[in-house]
Amino acid sequence: MPLKQKTYIRKKIVVAFFLCSILFLLLGVRLVYLMVVRSEYYTEAAKELHERERKIKAARGRIIDSTGAVLADNRTVCTISVIHNQIKDPQEVVKVLSRELELSEEYVAKRVEKYSAIERIKSNVDKATGDKIREYDLAGVKVDEDYKRYYPYETLASKALGFTGGDNQGIIGLEVIYEEYLKGKEGTILTVTDAKGVEIAEAGEERVDPVNGNDLHVSLDINIQSYATQLALQAMETKQADSVSILVMNPQNGEILAMVNVPEFNLNEPYALPEGTPEPASQEEKQNLLNQMWRNGCINDTYEPGSTFKIITAAAGLEAGVVTVNDRFSCPGYIMVEDRRIRCHKVSGHGAEDFVQGTMNSCNPVFITVGMRIGVDRYYDYFRQFGLMTKTGVDLPGEAGTIMHKKENIGAVELATISFGQSFQITPIQLATTVSSIINGGNRVTPHFGVKIVDSEGNVKETLQYDVKKDIVSPQTSETMRYILEQVVENGSGKNGYVEGFRIGGKTATSQTLPRGSGRYIASFLGFAPADNPQVLAVAIINNPQGVYYGGQIAAPIVRQLFENILPYLDGGGEIQQ
Amino acid sequence: MAGIRVEMRAGRRAQARAEQTRRRQAENFFDYSMLFIVLFLLGFGLVMIYSTSSYSAAMQHEGDSTFFLKKQALATVLGIFVMMLVANIPYHFWERFASLAYIGSVVLIFMVKIPALAYSANGATRWIKVGPLTIQPAEVAKLGMILFLASMVCKMGRGIRTTKGFFTILLVPAPVCVMIWKVTNNLSSAIIVFGIAALMLFVSSPEYKKFVIMGLAGLAGVIALIFLIRGIAASEDMGFRFARILAWLDPEAYANGKGFQTLQALYAIGSGGILGKGLGQSMQKLGFLPEAQNDMIFSIICEELGLFGGIAVILMFLLLIWRFMVIANNAPDLFGALLVVGVMGHVAIQVILNIAVVTNTIPNTGISLPFISYGGSAVLFMLAEIGLVLSVARGIRLKDL
Repeated sequence: MPLKQKTYIRKKIVVAFFLCSILFLLLGVRLVYLMVVRSEYYTEAAKELHERERKIKAARGRIIDSTGAVLADNRTVCTISVIHNQIKDPQEVVKVLSRELELSEEYVAKRVEKYSAIERIKSNVDKATGDKIREYDLAGVKVDEDYKRYYPYETLASKALGFTGGDNQGIIGLEVIYEEYLKGKEGTILTVTDAKGVEIAEAGEERVDPVNGNDLHVSLDINIQSYATQLALQAMETKQADSVSILVMNPQNGEILAMVNVPEFNLNEPYALPEGTPEPASQEEKQNLLNQMWRNGCINDTYEPGSTFKIITAAAGLEAGVVTVNDRFSCPGYIMVEDRRIRCHKVSGHGAEDFVQGTMNSCNPVFITVGMRIGVDRYYDYFRQFGLMTKTGVDLPGEAGTIMHKKENIGAVELATISFGQSFQITPIQLATTVSSIINGGNRVTPHFGVKIVDSEGNVKETLQYDVKKDIVSPQTSETMRYILEQVVENGSGKNGYVEGFRIGGKTATSQTLPRGSGRYIASFLGFAPADNPQVLAVAIINNPQGVYYGGQIAAPIVRQLFENILPYLDGGGEIQQ
Repeated sequence: MAGIRVEMRAGRRAQARAEQTRRRQAENFFDYSMLFIVLFLLGFGLVMIYSTSSYSAAMQHEGDSTFFLKKQALATVLGIFVMMLVANIPYHFWERFASLAYIGSVVLIFMVKIPALAYSANGATRWIKVGPLTIQPAEVAKLGMILFLASMVCKMGRGIRTTKGFFTILLVPAPVCVMIWKVTNNLSSAIIVFGIAALMLFVSSPEYKKFVIMGLAGLAGVIALIFLIRGIAASEDMGFRFARILAWLDPEAYANGKGFQTLQALYAIGSGGILGKGLGQSMQKLGFLPEAQNDMIFSIICEELGLFGGIAVILMFLLLIWRFMVIANNAPDLFGALLVVGVMGHVAIQVILNIAVVTNTIPNTGISLPFISYGGSAVLFMLAEIGLVLSVARGIRLKDL
């Protein structure tokens, strides 16, 4: 039967064709929708699926001391990994890697044979070793460079410098405060990978170079710091003390030359507890112990300053005009304040003495009398004026504030104890700063380490500026104080701080820690030189010494030894020597 | 008559030309344009198979990036031989095998259940293995159904106009479809076989109304089902198909399950944009879209060649279907025409369903793109069908065109 006779079949075939055409057209429209209208959305989603962002760490800026020594540096370390799919000669890879990395062949072979996108063999490998492996030019072996913070002097000034964490971010110390300058900017490598995460070499990579951090130049002097550390360790050992802190600063501008807090810790292994520490029971306990280990006694801890604080009482008295150097006092060995009998440390009394002698003797009744003469209101105003009630603003994190009575709570007894440095607490840095300001002519300086910021090309980016509050005491008072404090060292209780050939001023202190009667003392000495134009000020604080605990006997010699060594060293221009 | 008049007016050269024309008209037709379209699609398919599979092939087969290409090229060459062979055999030769084709399809389908012969891939047992050859019975059944229905309609003659005849043709393929669905667990092939049968019935019956009603009823049923499934989507024990349908409605919500493949295909298509990333530049083929050379190859074509590439492929298939239409309309007899209509239905349905799946227009189900997707037995049988169409085309005398 010929088809031509069945005309409806021909028609139906055409209808069928047009039905198909319509469906094809609809699919075409769908395709246009997906590939034009929705294209951006799907392209973005696909891109997200295909791209991997790899960070390139920026080299963190170094911390450099005033002599040019690098205190915090970066070490290039390498991470060695293998990419299974790219390995051409597995035996050779295993042989070379196990030999160069000093790993067992089985260990390496297991990783080489593992079918994975990228397998890490070893990280924190020395750059030299990494370079050597790179020279073999083995297919499938990847050597990635990375920076790791490195402290060449390990424990030196550990609590001041601080250290960095896994992301090269500062954790404590200067590393935290100067984070913004030091950290630099991470770079990125944007690569395209397949579904398994293997990078597609042909796709190329988008690279944003990292910006290295800026170097921080600090006032710390490695020689002074090292020597002070030695002295502190020596004292801690001979006196079996809990800790010893030594702070050395320039009283004229607040630059800190040394900040020692022994025991220090190794900055390259900041999470290792001191040897002999029993294994902590919990993570929390370990963290507590670590925090304890990292504490910077000079700024994080407060103590009762004791007799060194008489410098402040004296300055306030002189400034207020309630006492002069020639004022006469009499010490019977105690003084009555209201109904309380407050003893002098010399039970038999110092007898008749003038104000200078009273200071030389560190006579409590003299300073109580001066305190009384000033009165609570004025005394409190002087605290404010001297800056004692605010933090020093030192460029270290976690500075503790002064713990002082509320003004309305200060009665006669409190006033009396405050005037010889008890019943309140300040930090060593606060004491050093306040005394510096009193003896430097009356300028309240900001203690600091940071001097300037230098970029990686060596250009000075910023010279750091610090606030100075002028005229907190008059130049006359300042001069008088320098004279009195020189007398203390020449002929008084601070004579152990005397250094042959130099004019030294200073004050000793021995304070009992709370609770009273525990037998725990803090012995300290504050010294400066030269007495007539102070260029360097040092505070030594011995925490809980055994045996003799008088500041004049155990703390003053530390400062003397320190000055004996550092004064000739600092005295380049001959300004310090007599 | 016209030729004679020209001959009289013109000189000897014109006479010779007319002689030539007459001789050609006496010759039979060979559809070179259709052959070209098919060869083009095959060649393009091989290029795309290499492009989509080379990366994963190199990973899976010890660096042999041409693993899939080689297998497919072999099947293609074999298929072209079969096509030429079938094209040279007068198509009425096959009419006597019509019943055998039907029974043979059923037998082959059940052979999948014989463990010694069964062959599984991608978690489905849809193949039988005879020596080095793996055959998908569903592919045989498609060809078999075309042959059987063409022959049956011819035998019925005017009987097709009766309601009884109509439903006979509608019900004959049903058992085979159910078996393909249930025995080889291959719903998509079952749908295709049924679709082919429906199209052949549509063409051979003078009816319109029945088809319109059937079409509308089917559409309404599907829409109702979608709403029903959406309604019970919250309930916990949803079947395998339900999850698939929910993933179709919102592939991003099922990105790690049923919607994964579809979503990856959409990423590929969408990221292709208008001009594509360029041949070989697909990202999605790098393991993101699993088995990209199989059913989802169209998405990689779109990613690499863009909207232009995708539309071009659709146009090539439309051209092919147009050639089918021309051949069917000029076929020497009803049997030939119905054979061509069957093949036309097969190609059209697979192309439409494949692209619809890849573009997430319908729920995901495994349907390959004819001539392009990876798959040996599919290309082999498809080429055999083209051979059949060419054979029908040869029966056309040029002067009848």
